Formats: sequence, C-alpha cells, structure tokens
Amino acid sequence: MLPYVFCIILIGIGLYTVLTKKNLLKIVIGFCLIEYGVNLFIVMVGYRWNGLPPIMLTPDDKTLFVDPIPQALVLTAIVIGLATTAVLLAIVIRVYKRYGTLDLTELKRLKG
Amino acid sequence: MSNLICLFVVIPLFTAFLIGILYKLHNSVADTLTNVCIFALTCLSVLFVSQVAGNNALVYKIGGWIPPFGIVFVVDSLSVLMLILVNTVSLFAAIYSISYMNRYTSKPYYYILFLLMLVGMNGIIITGDLFNLFVFIEIASISSYALVSFGIQHEELEASFKYMVIGEIASTFILFAIILLYAWGGSLNMADIAFRINGDSLGTANSMVKFVSVLFIFGFGVKAAIVPFHAWLPDAHPSAPAPISSMLSGVLIKVLGIYALTRVLYSVLGITFVIQNVLLTLGAISMVAGALLALPQIDFKRMLAYSSISQVGYIILGIASGNFIGITGGLFHLVNHGVFKSLLFMDAGAVEFSTKTRKLNELGGISEKMPITHGSFLTGALSIVGMPPFNGFWSKLLIIIGLAQSNHTGLALLAICIAVVTLAYYLKIERSVFWGKLKEGLEFVKEAPFSMCFSMIMLAIICFIGGLLYFHPILKDAAQVVHQGTAYANHLLK
Repeated sequence: MLPYVFCIILIGIGLYTVLTKKNLLKIVIGFCLIEYGVNLFIVMVGYRWNGLPPIMLTPDDKTLFVDPIPQALVLTAIVIGLATTAVLLAIVIRVYKRYGTLDLTELKRLKG
Repeated sequence: MSNLICLFVVIPLFTAFLIGILYKLHNSVADTLTNVCIFALTCLSVLFVSQVAGNNALVYKIGGWIPPFGIVFVVDSLSVLMLILVNTVSLFAAIYSISYMNRYTSKPYYYILFLLMLVGMNGIIITGDLFNLFVFIEIASISSYALVSFGIQHEELEASFKYMVIGEIASTFILFAIILLYAWGGSLNMADIAFRINGDSLGTANSMVKFVSVLFIFGFGVKAAIVPFHAWLPDAHPSAPAPISSMLSGVLIKVLGIYALTRVLYSVLGITFVIQNVLLTLGAISMVAGALLALPQIDFKRMLAYSSISQVGYIILGIASGNFIGITGGLFHLVNHGVFKSLLFMDAGAVEFSTKTRKLNELGGISEKMPITHGSFLTGALSIVGMPPFNGFWSKLLIIIGLAQSNHTGLALLAICIAVVTLAYYLKIERSVFWGKLKEGLEFVKEAPFSMCFSMIMLAIICFIGGLLYFHPILKDAAQVVHQGTAYANHLLK
C-alpha cells in the first residue's frame, strides 16, 4: 500500500508546483513530477511480490509472474511524456525570446 | 470491409510523412497531397454508412490478436457519424487553408501538424482499446498545441502555454484513470472492461467506477471545455490560424471531449443516476456561463469561442438527459455545431484576412464589400441561434423535448432562454461587423479568395439542408449505441 501512497504524494507535489510557482520552468518541472508519479504508479500496478520475469518455460507454468503489460504501457507513456515536455520547453524558449522573461505574471495579454 | 478501418489512421499518417519528404519538390505538393488525402478519407467514411446499418459493428484486429488481448479498432454507427463529421470539416478546413495559410511561412509544416491532428481524432473515434485511446488523445493534443502557437506572436505563445499546461494535466489524469481500471479489471479492451464491470461478483466495482468516473469527467471535461474547466478555450481558439480555430472548435473539442466522455461513461463504465445529474449540472452551467461571458466580448473570434462553450453545454444536456430523443438531439447538435461553428470561424478568418483586424469596434458595414462572407455568416448565425429552416433549430428542439420528457422542465426552459441570449450576441456581431455605415480605412476591402469562399459556401449549404439528417437512420442508430449503454460489450465479444 505504501508505494501507492508515495505515488499519490508525488502527483500532489507536482500539482502544487504547477499551481503555485510563477516561473515557467518550474511549472514544466511540476508537470514532469505529475507524469513521473503516474508512471511510477503504472509500474507498481504490474509488480508482484516475489514475482519472476514473465517467461513461461512449460505451457502450464503456474509460477507467480510479474505483469508484463504495465511495463509496455509505461514505455509508451514515457515516450509521450518526452514529446509533451519537448513541446512545452520549446514554447517556453519562444516565450522567453518574445517576452524576455520567464515570469508567469508578465504573460497577461489575453484576458476577458 | 473491416480491413479498411485501419486506413483512417494509416492514410493521414502516411501522407504527413510523405509531405515531410516531398514538399521541397514544388510549392503545391503539400496543398495537393493534403486535400487529396482528406477527400479520400471523407469518401471512405461515407462508404461505411451502409456497413453499420441496423446497429452493426465492424471490428479490425491489429496483428490478428483476438479481442481481449490485442488492440482492436471498432466502427459502429456512432463512430461513422463522427468520422463523417470530422473528415468533412477537415476537408473544408484544408481547402480553406490553401489561400489563408499564405499569410504564414512554412506551410508544409502546418499541413503535417494538421494531418497528425486528424490521425489523432480518427484514431480516438475508431479505437476499442483504452490505452490506445489515450495515445491518440495525446497525438491530437500535441499537434493542436503546436498549431495554436503556429503564429509565434506574443498572444499565440501565451495561449498555447496555458492550453498545454491545462490540457496535459487533464491527459495525465485520464491516463491515471485508465491505469486504475486496468489495475482493477486486468484488461484494457473497452468491451472487456464493460463486461467485467457488469459481471462483477465481489462488489468492488461500484466504488472503483465512481472514483474513475470523476477522473474521466475531469480529464475529458477539460478537453471539451465544460465550464469549470474552460479557462484555456477562449485564449487558445482565437489565437490559432482560422482553419485551425474552426477545426478546434468544430471537431477537436467534440472528439477529444464529448465523444470520448460518452464512449467511456456510457459504453464502458455504464451511466448511473448520480453521474447523469453531475453531467446535467455541468452542461447547464456551461450553457449559461458561456452565453453570458460571450455577450461583452469585443473580439470577433473570442466571442465565437465563448459561444462554443455555451453550445457544448447544450450537447452535454442533450446526451445526459437520459432518454432517446434527448440523446438523438445531443448527437444531432454535436454534428450541426461542428458544421456551423467551423463555418463561423472561417467567416471570422475571412474578415480578418481582408481587413487585418478582428476587433468589433474597428469593423463596420463591410457586408457590401464581402457579400459571400456576409451571406455565409448569416446562415451560420441563424443556424446556431436556432431559426426554423436551418439545422440548429431541429437539434435544439430535440434537446428541449428530450429534457422536458425526462422531467427536467426547468432545464428545458433555461435552454430556450439561452437561445435568446445567443441571438443577442450574434446580432451584436452582425450589427458591428456587417451592417451599418462603412468604417473609415475599410474602403479597399476585397472579398476573400476563391478557396476560402468555396469552403464557406459549401458549409453554408450543409447548414441549410443539415436538418434532413434527422430522417437518415444513421443518427438514430448512433443514439441507440449511446442509449444501450454497456450492451455495447455483448455486441463485440460475441
């Protein structure tokens, strides 16, 4: 149970960072933390205590195996996370070039 | 026929890479390839109409793996309805882009992102696997973030950053919910999960379904811009180039938000009374708040963006009303809104293209200078307001009848009142942009180029005759898919 709680705490820290920080890069870091929390949770879901790698030696092998699907899922999730972080950082760089600052409170052209 | 399903993803994906390789050959390569590709997709989606008649569903198994184990693509009536809408609107947006996107540099990159967004949306519609749904949501979202910031001016970047942070947190929550479902049921296939939740003997499904539903409503609610989660939309949609605004408001929020929400809540988790009431409340709040926030706007596209929030509220109200007429009305309004909101954003783009401004107080009296834009805008505005011969009237009527029949008379009256408010803010646009005396500095305004006019005229014609869709069985079949709920599973696992 405890590892799951840590995942939730990690997601919570990430959300707190995104919601309270004023620096754009810190928001990106907070976003990464949320993502890591969820990825860690995916890995935890597939883990079995004392489980072995899922390689069946005989067709009716009854050994306790680790669930392999979440490991495949987490790889996809990490790659998608990489793509989003890359686009997010690209936008942050462009914002810095345009506005000359990374302060979120300076970005206030759109309202209403 | 079911082998053709994968083409909805393969064709645009392949064309996107082909454009990346070939665009240096000639200036028109990107234009031609995109339009031919989307035209082929539109024809393909129309071909499927007869295949799914009578609540039939086609299944394509990727790599030949049998359903609960492998990824499946499923096409039923609801999917076909959405596919036709998405591909038709994309086709006209692509034709519109030929002239409009000459304002920007690097047009080929624009088309690549456009096609990748289309891949994402088509994928969401046809997929039968929850994790695959998440992957396609991310493909569509990431391309849309890049497209919103395509102009890389101050406003575009600000809007894109805001959109991206909010949208990505929503995506992460969707992923979290999907993994929770996997941890409970040990399956990612939508039909299989629905089957397991129905046949739950331990009684653990109930609390899990409640928690996961909340996560899904938050995640898809952000994507659909339902009111407490709408903050990104009025910034992101006006900042994008006009054809992308029309894609985002016309189809993206519906596919990523409403379609995915409907599919997951109705077909997989099974709708409950509580969730239905939550959706009704959210729908009513978005309908009212969107309309009231649209009234004081002075930016043409921003007002249309708030109008989208309001209309999404109507769609949610219709789908959540819980009876067959309401659901039919909701889906009908979804299709109609996709058509006329893309038309209105294209008109806004044409006005901006010719006059170089979209502030309502700097415009005035250009109806004689731009007759086609004015005519098509009037058609779109009358449709969205709900004037009788146009398509918007019939769908709003069905939603209101559905609400009244399921004893939500108050909400039905509210929907009628908001239709009047809608009329008010569209009259405001009409009066300050098209009617009245010609403002100074607008004497040399010309009508938009041919390709833009063509798209606007075609969409206006669809608005005019769109009401006839009610008599086509595909709409009732699609409503049947939503109404039957988790019986979707029995259909697929037979």
